[in-house]
Amino acid sequence: MVRRIGKYAAAVATGLMMLSAQASEPIKIGSFVSATGPASFLGDPELKTLEMYVEKINDEGGVLGRDLELVHYDDGGSASSARNFASRLIRSDQVDIIVGGSTTGTTMAAVPLIQQARIPFISMAGAVKITTPVKKWVFKTPQSDRMAAERILRDMKDRGITKIGLISGTGGFGSSGRAQTLEAAEQMGVEVLADVTYGGSDTDMTAQLTDIRNTEGVEAVLNFGFGQGPAIVTRNYADLGMELPFYQSHGVASDSFLDLAGSSAEGLRLPASPLLVPDSLPEGDPQKEVVQDYKAEYEAHYDSKVSTFGAYAYDGLNLAVRAIEKAGSTDPEAVRKALENIEGYVGVTGEFNMSPDDHNGLNVDSFRILEVQNGKWTLIN
Amino acid sequence: MLNQIMQSRLRGVMLLGLILIFLPAFFANPFHYELAIQVGIVAATVVGLNLLVGFAGQISLGHAGFFGLGAYFSGIATGTYGWSSIPALVAGAIAVGVVAWIVGRPILRLKGHYLSMATLAVGFIIAIILENERALTGGPDGMSVPPLEVFGWQLSTFGRYSLFGLEISGVQAWYMVAGVLLVIATWFALNIIESPIGRALRSLKGSEVAAGVVGVNTTKYKSLVFVVSAVYASIMGGIYAHFQGFITPDLASFDFSIVLITMVVIGGMGSTFGVILGAVVIELLPQALADFQELEMAMFGLILMVTMIFMPKGLLPTLNSVVPNITRKKAAEVRHDSTG
Repeated sequence: MVRRIGKYAAAVATGLMMLSAQASEPIKIGSFVSATGPASFLGDPELKTLEMYVEKINDEGGVLGRDLELVHYDDGGSASSARNFASRLIRSDQVDIIVGGSTTGTTMAAVPLIQQARIPFISMAGAVKITTPVKKWVFKTPQSDRMAAERILRDMKDRGITKIGLISGTGGFGSSGRAQTLEAAEQMGVEVLADVTYGGSDTDMTAQLTDIRNTEGVEAVLNFGFGQGPAIVTRNYADLGMELPFYQSHGVASDSFLDLAGSSAEGLRLPASPLLVPDSLPEGDPQKEVVQDYKAEYEAHYDSKVSTFGAYAYDGLNLAVRAIEKAGSTDPEAVRKALENIEGYVGVTGEFNMSPDDHNGLNVDSFRILEVQNGKWTLIN
Repeated sequence: MLNQIMQSRLRGVMLLGLILIFLPAFFANPFHYELAIQVGIVAATVVGLNLLVGFAGQISLGHAGFFGLGAYFSGIATGTYGWSSIPALVAGAIAVGVVAWIVGRPILRLKGHYLSMATLAVGFIIAIILENERALTGGPDGMSVPPLEVFGWQLSTFGRYSLFGLEISGVQAWYMVAGVLLVIATWFALNIIESPIGRALRSLKGSEVAAGVVGVNTTKYKSLVFVVSAVYASIMGGIYAHFQGFITPDLASFDFSIVLITMVVIGGMGSTFGVILGAVVIELLPQALADFQELEMAMFGLILMVTMIFMPKGLLPTLNSVVPNITRKKAAEVRHDSTG
């Protein structure tokens, strides 16, 4: 019975769709994001961004004269449901391209399936392993933690710092960041003299910081972590009266971190998207206009603050649209080739120059170094 | 009629087999096959868990831990060390069985809430180990697992295979594997239930003290069924890992343990075919409700609540007693049978 009703509903729905878009079928953009659950701070702005810009692109006439249709599911942060929804997008909804995957776990769970199904996929998750080694059908928009580590270390070297203390969280983000930092430090000739960690639910990191302080020769401290851990580290750092230059990772580059850390964040530096400082970008910065527009449009539409995670979706969608336009069709192989050859696309996150060996396309410079001055993010050049 | 079929375990298994054979007629695309495969794998796990929960009356809140262990054992053995799939599954089952036996001996002396808490802790410990042994398991971001390899065949959901001259797709081949495993799992469980062990287990659930008084070695049978259900979980976990191609420590999470227990309770504790139905419902609901978006979780909760209020015995036992009631046939006898 239910089945039959479902069939009628489907028939009516297809009928209506055929009436409204008789001339051409819509281009189907599939998405699975973690709109609810522990990773909803990633998935929610991503989904909002996708919905808003798909609507906007359709209002402006669509792509190749066809409308875009967004088919999206919420994986709740679970890797197995991400894989299921990826399968549903590919096999049941038969989408033309997928922009999704809020976390590394959900992205990687869908990758084997997507590789075999031969559908272009743009991920919005961070870890370097998503695109290294290069997977034929998989692309991603955020910078990797490796780039963050390199950007931080470069800024340190510019200040003449070559010996550092590292404190990192034991969660996925922190431990991956720690590994990348250690590797990058060795390549760039920076010595990591102290290397300590803290657990995800720890409420005091004074002991670890004291360890670092007591290590002879440390010239700066770097904290790689996510969530509230880094805010506690920042407070402890100030409480201990440590004067060494202090760095955080891009994982806490948001206004809510400033609220949590309060005045103890004064003077710390971190690599971040220009989206945090849209108005202090110098005139002539290629990203300035894109960043300002995205922020203004998002905040006007949703009445909530823009986040860097939503920007990953913005770039993902725009890269997809660009690739489809360039390919002139939705043929998967043509779109994939076009994606791989995108050059000079200026997005909110950075300037993308894809190549067959680089499915991320960003370079270290897309991270801007920001410093907290008077409780505000300030761009350092 | 439903009742008569269920009376014989062989006929019950045959009915299940027939349903599995004719089910693909309703599948519209490969995605439906994939869902069915997944439901089959989880259902077989739940059939094993039901032996512990539904028959022996011991609550395990950490069962996903064994599922996760099995999955990671297969993943690491085949992916990192290049084993073939079947030996990995067997070795994993033995290893998990030993682990279950070692932890089961002391904790199964506990009763009621204390037992639940202890199994909860076991599940958490396994999940934490999987998350922290980064070098081995890939940490919280997970690890990839090669496809299932049966007698030299690489079973991928995107492959094409020929079987007895018939061309079948990868999902169809996988569907056969999952279907056969579910039938074997069910048949094995029904045999345990009908054996002296099964009777000893049921006496445990009725009253552990009385069982002990009449000479049932309660500790022995409790650890035995704990090990058996853990082995079920381990094997199905390994199969699941091959099917998914990528696993994360989520598989061993507390959430998944609760999902498994929910399937047992919704389907009907102590009813082997009931818990299969429970697995079908719980696995398919999120897909069916996906279109409701924000309301998805609310709808899910509402359905579970209504089911538990109006069908406290679970889906199949309630249906089993309601259907014959309507046709006015031997209602009393049915109620008696439905618990078995």
